[in-house]
Amino acid sequence: MKYFILNQASRLLFPALLILSLIVLYRGHNLPGGGFIGGLLAATAFILVGLGDSMERAKELLRIEPVKLMALGLLVAVVSGMPSLLRGAPFMTSEWLPGFALPLIGKVHLGTPLVFDVGVYMVVIGFALHTTFSLSELAYTEIEEHEE
Amino acid sequence: MNEYSLLLTLLLPLVGAVCLLLGHRSLALQRAGGIVFSSVTFALSLYLVYVVDQAEFVVIQVGDWQAPFGISLVADRFSAIMVAVSSFMGAAVALYALAEIDEARLKKFFFPLYLILLFGVNGAFLTGDLFNLYVWFEIMLIASFVLISMGGEKGELEGGLKYVCLNLLSSVMFLAGAGIIYGKTGTLNMADLAHNLSVAEDVNWVISSSMLLLVSFGLKAGIFPFFFWLPASYHTPPSAVSAVFAGLLTKVGVYALFRSYTLMFVPIFPEVQPLILVLAILTMVTGVFGAASHFDMRRILSFHIVSQIGYMILGLAFMTPLALAAAIFYLVHHIIVKTNLFLVSGVVIRLKGSCDLAKVGGLCRSAPWLAFLFFIPAFSLGGIPPLSGFWAKFALVKSGIEIESWWSVAAALLVGVLTLYSMTKIWGEAFWKQQPEGVGAGPLPNPVGRLSYMVAPIAVLAISTVAIGLFGEPLFNYAERAAAQLLSPHEYISAVLQPNTEVLP
Repeated sequence: MKYFILNQASRLLFPALLILSLIVLYRGHNLPGGGFIGGLLAATAFILVGLGDSMERAKELLRIEPVKLMALGLLVAVVSGMPSLLRGAPFMTSEWLPGFALPLIGKVHLGTPLVFDVGVYMVVIGFALHTTFSLSELAYTEIEEHEE
Repeated sequence: MNEYSLLLTLLLPLVGAVCLLLGHRSLALQRAGGIVFSSVTFALSLYLVYVVDQAEFVVIQVGDWQAPFGISLVADRFSAIMVAVSSFMGAAVALYALAEIDEARLKKFFFPLYLILLFGVNGAFLTGDLFNLYVWFEIMLIASFVLISMGGEKGELEGGLKYVCLNLLSSVMFLAGAGIIYGKTGTLNMADLAHNLSVAEDVNWVISSSMLLLVSFGLKAGIFPFFFWLPASYHTPPSAVSAVFAGLLTKVGVYALFRSYTLMFVPIFPEVQPLILVLAILTMVTGVFGAASHFDMRRILSFHIVSQIGYMILGLAFMTPLALAAAIFYLVHHIIVKTNLFLVSGVVIRLKGSCDLAKVGGLCRSAPWLAFLFFIPAFSLGGIPPLSGFWAKFALVKSGIEIESWWSVAAALLVGVLTLYSMTKIWGEAFWKQQPEGVGAGPLPNPVGRLSYMVAPIAVLAISTVAIGLFGEPLFNYAERAAAQLLSPHEYISAVLQPNTEVLP
């Protein structure tokens, strides 16, 4: 059963929540936020679509299997520790690109801690959605068994 | 270059888990990946042992945050040999798992979790930070929670529940102890803690938190009186899982006890020593009596884990160079032998449908090769020369005689005899007597993989037991060097802390 208001709202909120999650992800190095919270926000965007429309639609929007997203996230996090090894510094040492200014955003710092956060972001989305999708499948099978 | 060997050994299981998650549809890839990544980790860990033996210490200050502010990864000889042995077990059991872990479990991410478990175990051996040790424990535990209850059958869930509850309790104790220490000293870096405690005027306050950690690590290691969860849960999952748990997880607790009492809690050790000695003796004795009273092969073996842990803790309680070397040698010997015995019990289940000694028999006639492969680790565990267990017990008893701790020597010898008794019981019941009529379940229907995948790792582990027994001198010399390192904690402290970054509490 689809609720009209939730359905319509989820269409609007989905991109808004994703953008918000990216903002939270980016500011997380020095301010409250970061990969974990950003990932949770992004996962809620997909879960909202899942509730307002259907879990199948949410899966389509995600495009990649949640498990693979988790794996890729872990990989990104591990790889983010590697660049410092090239110049002989210990694993996970922060490497920063020179800062530059962009309109609207202001001064931009890009570096390996952000890459690590992106990894966490992906792992959290993957984990939250894998759990949600599995639970929703379990719920549907139970309803079907009940009806039979 | 030395740092890379540490880093690669640590990270490779994680990378392996990632790769297997990415290819989780292909079961062939899961199986191949599990073996390849665990074997390469083993090869790297051997190199790490070599490197650490040359360089004494290999230290990484992660993120270039110098100790005590950042997290240090430290490999000394003791942790390097532990990593090597646990990776050895990881590789051997991965091969064994081919023949035992069914498709349903593989689809539930058996191998990624298995590699994460190895990742957690190795991390716990290599970290130099108390809170980070907690994190590694959690990584290891979360993977083990899933592995122990993966089948979803009633027995497995019951065992898993006990395991989870007790381990959560232990984690709470750990956090409380670490929290008190942090509140008092303002640091969690083990080397910095050890340094601060060694120069502090009054250290008696640390007894409370050392006791919390003793309970926490004791719960994980299964020492008296905290061992009760272990025989209640280790016999439920598939043998590959219980073998790797039996070999590795309790030893992480033992390792943590060794690390804390040879490094951080050195100033208060004389006051705690009698307690640890009594606990060690009681652990040995209760474990072996528990084993004598049981009639299921895997339960007997589980109780023997407990009693053997007592020997290792006894080495810690003696705290002489010979005793620590004997305990390290004992750890290596015990991990190999105990894993092997659990693997054998898996083959018995496969051939006879059960490992309840009342229901099996006649294996000596129907599978003489298995009888031979059981004989070696079982009698090594019992301490028969020239197998590895004899030298481990011999060195430990000798060190007990040297410091004239007669009660513990008597207990160690008595427990050795009783161990031999229950190994003989398994031998007599499962292998020697006739198959009892009408109670055997027959071989397991639809075994997963070829039997040779099970036999090969058992044979390799048996050969290494014999090899350690016959040519154990290099290993014992290494253990002595490791013990010397453990007994001079200032070397560890100065290797981790750079000279100019001393911080007052």
